[in-house]
Amino acid sequence: MGSLLQVNDVSKHFGGFTALAGVSLDIVEGERFGLIGPNGSGKTTLINCISGALRNDSGSIRFEGSEISRLPAYQRTRRGIARSFQIPRPFHSMSVLENLLVPLQYVAHGKEEEVFEILNRIGLADKAQTLSSQLSQVELRKLELARAMAARPRLLISDEAMAGLAGAEVDEMLEILFRLNASGITIIMIEHIMQAVMRFSQRVVCLDAGKIICEGTPAAIVQNPDVQRAYLGA
Amino acid sequence: MKYSIGAAVVLIAAVGAALSGMNEYFFYAGYIVLTFVVLATAWNILGGYAGYVNFGTGAFFGLGSYSAVVLFKALSAPLAVQIVAAAAVGAALGFGVGIMTLRLRGIFFAIATVAILFIMETLMVNWRYVGGATGLQLLRPDVMAPFASYTRMLFVVMALLALVAVSVARYVQVSWIGRGLRAIRDSEEAAEASGVPTLRLKLFACTVSGALMGAAGAPMPMYLSFIEPASSFSLNWGVSALAMPMIGGTAHWIGPVVGALLLGSIQQIVTVTISNEINVLVVGVLLVLFVVLAPDGIVGLFKKWVRYFR
Repeated sequence: MGSLLQVNDVSKHFGGFTALAGVSLDIVEGERFGLIGPNGSGKTTLINCISGALRNDSGSIRFEGSEISRLPAYQRTRRGIARSFQIPRPFHSMSVLENLLVPLQYVAHGKEEEVFEILNRIGLADKAQTLSSQLSQVELRKLELARAMAARPRLLISDEAMAGLAGAEVDEMLEILFRLNASGITIIMIEHIMQAVMRFSQRVVCLDAGKIICEGTPAAIVQNPDVQRAYLGA
Repeated sequence: MKYSIGAAVVLIAAVGAALSGMNEYFFYAGYIVLTFVVLATAWNILGGYAGYVNFGTGAFFGLGSYSAVVLFKALSAPLAVQIVAAAAVGAALGFGVGIMTLRLRGIFFAIATVAILFIMETLMVNWRYVGGATGLQLLRPDVMAPFASYTRMLFVVMALLALVAVSVARYVQVSWIGRGLRAIRDSEEAAEASGVPTLRLKLFACTVSGALMGAAGAPMPMYLSFIEPASSFSLNWGVSALAMPMIGGTAHWIGPVVGALLLGSIQQIVTVTISNEINVLVVGVLLVLFVVLAPDGIVGLFKKWVRYFR
């Protein structure tokens, strides 16, 4: 399997604050990749740079071999990078169905049946006609994933899709992500729930203060003294 | 199909009225109400669908009027040419303003549009050719048959413009563009992440909206036989163009039409029966009432009742 996303020496500053200081990543096609780190370590900044919500100050980001770091976000989505938001951002004046029709119409140019297929897979089919502003927290998280899926991504970035969910709900979300991965989608998971991210990921990177401090298998990460000091609080 | 029939009926009614023996004042007032239908509809394409509040309607409207005057004075261009040119100038201004300001979000965009209004007014105040601050008296050309008066003809022209504006707004609303604009209003980040080219769509909305506002301004100098900058670039145009969709409902193309017909008519009645000053107050009070009590406007209220009684 070849490399899908190459992040090379990416930096991002906000005024005098360095959010990312030379981060490099190489994500392989079909991989389940975990990104962890304490609050403010730059996880969301990194995925904002990858998805195009922010532009990196220096370094390069290559997707399927071509440089994308100067492309606007919508074009990156069209190339196959979809994301969910940490704080759900539904199109609140639209029903669940219409929410999915936006990427379907603008990216995938697919038919409406495809939306129902996605909703079925994610377990939101019975809410298709519900106004998205009336959904519960779990349903909103699912909607975030479903809407990302409607863009038919090659790479899905899940930004804390499980934050604030209860145990059984976390399992449900994990199950969905495993299934999506099995269907061939590469997944980057950002998560604070260690049990979830360790169970899900094949490879984990830990960020701290804008730098990668450790990379490895979940088992190796948990044992790493730097990770324990910076994040796990041992 | 139903819409086309409705539009045809409205147009036939307007022409029929203009050819009938109805009181001249009806057309004099009706022209202004129809102007507001165009302005409110145009405003709603950017302000209602995409959620970008424009206070600078007067800039587009006034520039449309002045474009028409320049063409009339320099080339004696016919009214139709004046309108098309005013629409082109309005579109260009919309595109230019959009490029400069649409990267700004929410309130900053609104403030920028007010600035454009004052820039335009200052430019015209200092331009001798179009009369500067004192304005310019214009001699109307002869009225075209079969109309009995120039005002009657302008009434039909504005009815036609209103139909064009509403048809454009309706098309935008029901097409893929409308869904993208709604996505932008709900969450710009999520829209972009869903593949919506947000800047392009906003530019499109701003350009179309500007073109319609410019076109609405073109016949105004002929209507008044006069033009001057203070009233052409009045902030009141912008306030009404904003208040009417808010009162009618911003989500559907019919909202600005209902709002403009209602509020525009009330304004005309108040102007005649009480005073011209009070009509601004009426707009303000109604706007506050609706924003607080019925944020989805008359169309929203109507939908709620329908759901309630079913």
